[in-house]
Amino acid sequence: MTDRLEPADEAALARLVGEAHAEGTPLLVCGNASKLGMLRPVQAARTLSARALSGIGLYSPAELILAAGAGTPLAEVAAAVAAKGQHIIAEPPDFSALLGGGAQTLGGAVAANLSGPRRVAWGAMRDHVMGVRAVNGIGETIHSGGRVLKNVTGLDLCKLLAGSHGTLAVLSEITLKVLPAPERRATLVLRGLAPERAVAALAAALGSPYAVSGAAHLPAAQAARVPALAWLGGAVTLARIEDFASSVAYRSGRLRADLAAFGAAEMLDDAASQVAWAAVRDALPLAAEAGAVWRVSVRPSAGPAVARAVAEAFDAAWFFDWGGGLVWVAGPATEAAHDAVCAAARAAGGTWMLLRAPEALRAAVAVIPPEAPALAAITRRVKAAFDPKGILNPGRMFAGI
Amino acid sequence: MIAQPAPKRDVLARRDSIVAGLRALLPETGVIAEALRLKPYETDGLSAYRQVPLAVVLPETTEQVAAVMAFCHREGVRVVPRGAGTSLSGGALPMEDSVVVGLMRMNRILDIDYADRCAVVQAGVTNIGITQAVQGRGFFYAPDPSSQLACMIGGNVNMNSGGAHCLRYGVTANNLLGLKVVTVEGEVLEIGGAHMDAAGYDWLGLLTGSEGQLVVVTEVTVRILRGPEGARAMLAAFDSNEIAGACVDSIIASGIIPVALEFMDRPAIHACEAFAHAGYPLDAEAMLIIEVEGSVAEQDDLLEKISQICRKFDPISLKISQSAEESLAIWKGRKGAFGAVGRISPDYLCMDGTIPTSRLPEVLRRIGEMSMSYNLQVANIFHAGDGNLHPLIMFDANDPASFEKAEHFGADILRLCVEVGGCLTGEHGVGVEKRDLMGVQFSETELEQMRRVKSAFDPGWLLNPSKVFPLKADAA
Repeated sequence: MTDRLEPADEAALARLVGEAHAEGTPLLVCGNASKLGMLRPVQAARTLSARALSGIGLYSPAELILAAGAGTPLAEVAAAVAAKGQHIIAEPPDFSALLGGGAQTLGGAVAANLSGPRRVAWGAMRDHVMGVRAVNGIGETIHSGGRVLKNVTGLDLCKLLAGSHGTLAVLSEITLKVLPAPERRATLVLRGLAPERAVAALAAALGSPYAVSGAAHLPAAQAARVPALAWLGGAVTLARIEDFASSVAYRSGRLRADLAAFGAAEMLDDAASQVAWAAVRDALPLAAEAGAVWRVSVRPSAGPAVARAVAEAFDAAWFFDWGGGLVWVAGPATEAAHDAVCAAARAAGGTWMLLRAPEALRAAVAVIPPEAPALAAITRRVKAAFDPKGILNPGRMFAGI
Repeated sequence: MIAQPAPKRDVLARRDSIVAGLRALLPETGVIAEALRLKPYETDGLSAYRQVPLAVVLPETTEQVAAVMAFCHREGVRVVPRGAGTSLSGGALPMEDSVVVGLMRMNRILDIDYADRCAVVQAGVTNIGITQAVQGRGFFYAPDPSSQLACMIGGNVNMNSGGAHCLRYGVTANNLLGLKVVTVEGEVLEIGGAHMDAAGYDWLGLLTGSEGQLVVVTEVTVRILRGPEGARAMLAAFDSNEIAGACVDSIIASGIIPVALEFMDRPAIHACEAFAHAGYPLDAEAMLIIEVEGSVAEQDDLLEKISQICRKFDPISLKISQSAEESLAIWKGRKGAFGAVGRISPDYLCMDGTIPTSRLPEVLRRIGEMSMSYNLQVANIFHAGDGNLHPLIMFDANDPASFEKAEHFGADILRLCVEVGGCLTGEHGVGVEKRDLMGVQFSETELEQMRRVKSAFDPGWLLNPSKVFPLKADAA
């Protein structure tokens, strides 16, 4: 056995994991390893990559279903569905600029359950995972879900494995629900709003009948980092509408009138909208900041309090997505700054993820919130139910698990 | 009939002390142990199966649920959680040695937050009750199972309930943010909250649809959505199932996702028309109900686009509703489908497989052949957008042989669903009904994996016994 394992098919994957289980050899599980810079570092003798399990096995546009190997580049999936006028619903982010990694795989995007701006209206990545095939830590091949859009047969292991960061099983194949891509996009831009006022405007937009599918706010310094937004000058508050062209024209007009109390809105056209929302999705406004980057998820109305708390604690750069419900924070890679972010998230009843930091900090702190004792005990038992010897990405999410 | 395992003799022998122990934990009216008053809890929506439980408790708070769970855990007593008892798969069927934990007294809406678009409700609030509480402000709770007037959100969470509008708004799992649950040991856990990203493993996703196997749900944080400006339906009828199916594919391929896309076959059309006088075309082999949302102009635009697609398939009837009243009339037959079939045949089994939508014509043809060979009538209603098929198998409950035949027919349909790439259940759950068919869809390795997850939450297998998992491992 070499130190780097790249099984060519699912049977080989199962055999290799089975051997590692027999030997008790820890494995660093990954696709293209594009997200190794996030969460806790894994100590493992060997790396197991699913990147060779690549290729789209099924795509039925009329059934809104696509199945592909976990190692399939996400860009390949996106291009295949775009060719049929469809899209990946949750708009998964690309952190190559933020983390300096390569192109991510479909399996990596699902294993991390990372969702982009459309999360606020259309659900998370895991909401559209209809089926998975995977190899557990014993080397057994299992499937959950299937290739249909509605399925409640047995426990929903698809959702459990999505977001488990390769700690329960190695994904080998994923079946996604996809949807028609919008014919047109437009973005309303309100200028110069303070954080509280911006979040109120976004709540009004998201609470309107016009199906707003993106709601973000960037302070002046962060807006200046995005060419599609920099020309507006100052803080920008963004509300996106995506649909048929006639609907977009009608609804953006109505929304602009409804939001008049927050100022006269500028309008970004389809092309500018795409650039601006890709920047929000990939956290580009923070990519150039030195130090650490956190994702804080709170109830949207609590976003401004989180921003205020971290800005008081350290020299923070931040912006909001999800109407204020996702606070992106950049700051010094220190335990003190991390503690301040955790405290702000906790005070708002939400969660955090240390998304980027030097390895030493990621090894030293809780990169995601520790669980209450009763839940932590369940986490350990569920981990053991899939991976009794703890060989799959040990310590990636929680120390010792 | 699906066999249930023997009750625990030692628990039955301790019945009086167990009831006394429960009485010490709850208000006087919160424990039911008299035979006559236990009777209503002996069954649910799968009424062919009946078993009076050892006792019923009706807690009013999460703390009371926790106390009951801790007590039952200490005593080794099995627990069956229950909401409104509308499960069509026997999800709330008791065992003789079990305590039913009825959540119907936990029926308060605790918080509504329009700015953050969520509501915190107790498990015993009805599905429609959530929408009723927020509709004054133009909001609604999206999943709308047919039983929504009665069914409770705690049951919806446990069965991951769907409805007619899943194509646009998703199922229960896609509309939740948080849960408060009680473990089998009586520990209270908070899962999620009002925020959107999960920390750690996706417990919310795993617990949703877990059919009472893992925890007891006492509080739910749901997403509430602002409703559209309006909605309108149209009806299109065709000469064959094949043509209607091809039309569905063509609509989806055009980039339009209607909020609802319902398919009825000839027997369903006839049953519903006789019942509701909705003006359905009786000469049609298949009929679609298609609903779109938006402003009046947007509705006009979408309905015109869809009509153009339908016209390519030579519809024998095409009717676009011009008003809310006409939309209501189009929906009236479909919404009354169960009652309509009930008028033709007092007893029917409502099946719930899902199939790849492209296989619909073939599946309906083979169901038709089975109907002939079993000599039992069947009407098919289909959520065409998402592939969820509801064959209604009519039988005579006074004739045990007829029921036996209907059960076999239903099992054959579900095997067919799996054979063509679908699954045993799209929204009703496995429950007791489909427990012994799980091996058709899952390997023993996969079932063992799920059992180990169950054991991680419920090591003694006390929660909602003899459901979901084929019996042999469970019975021990």
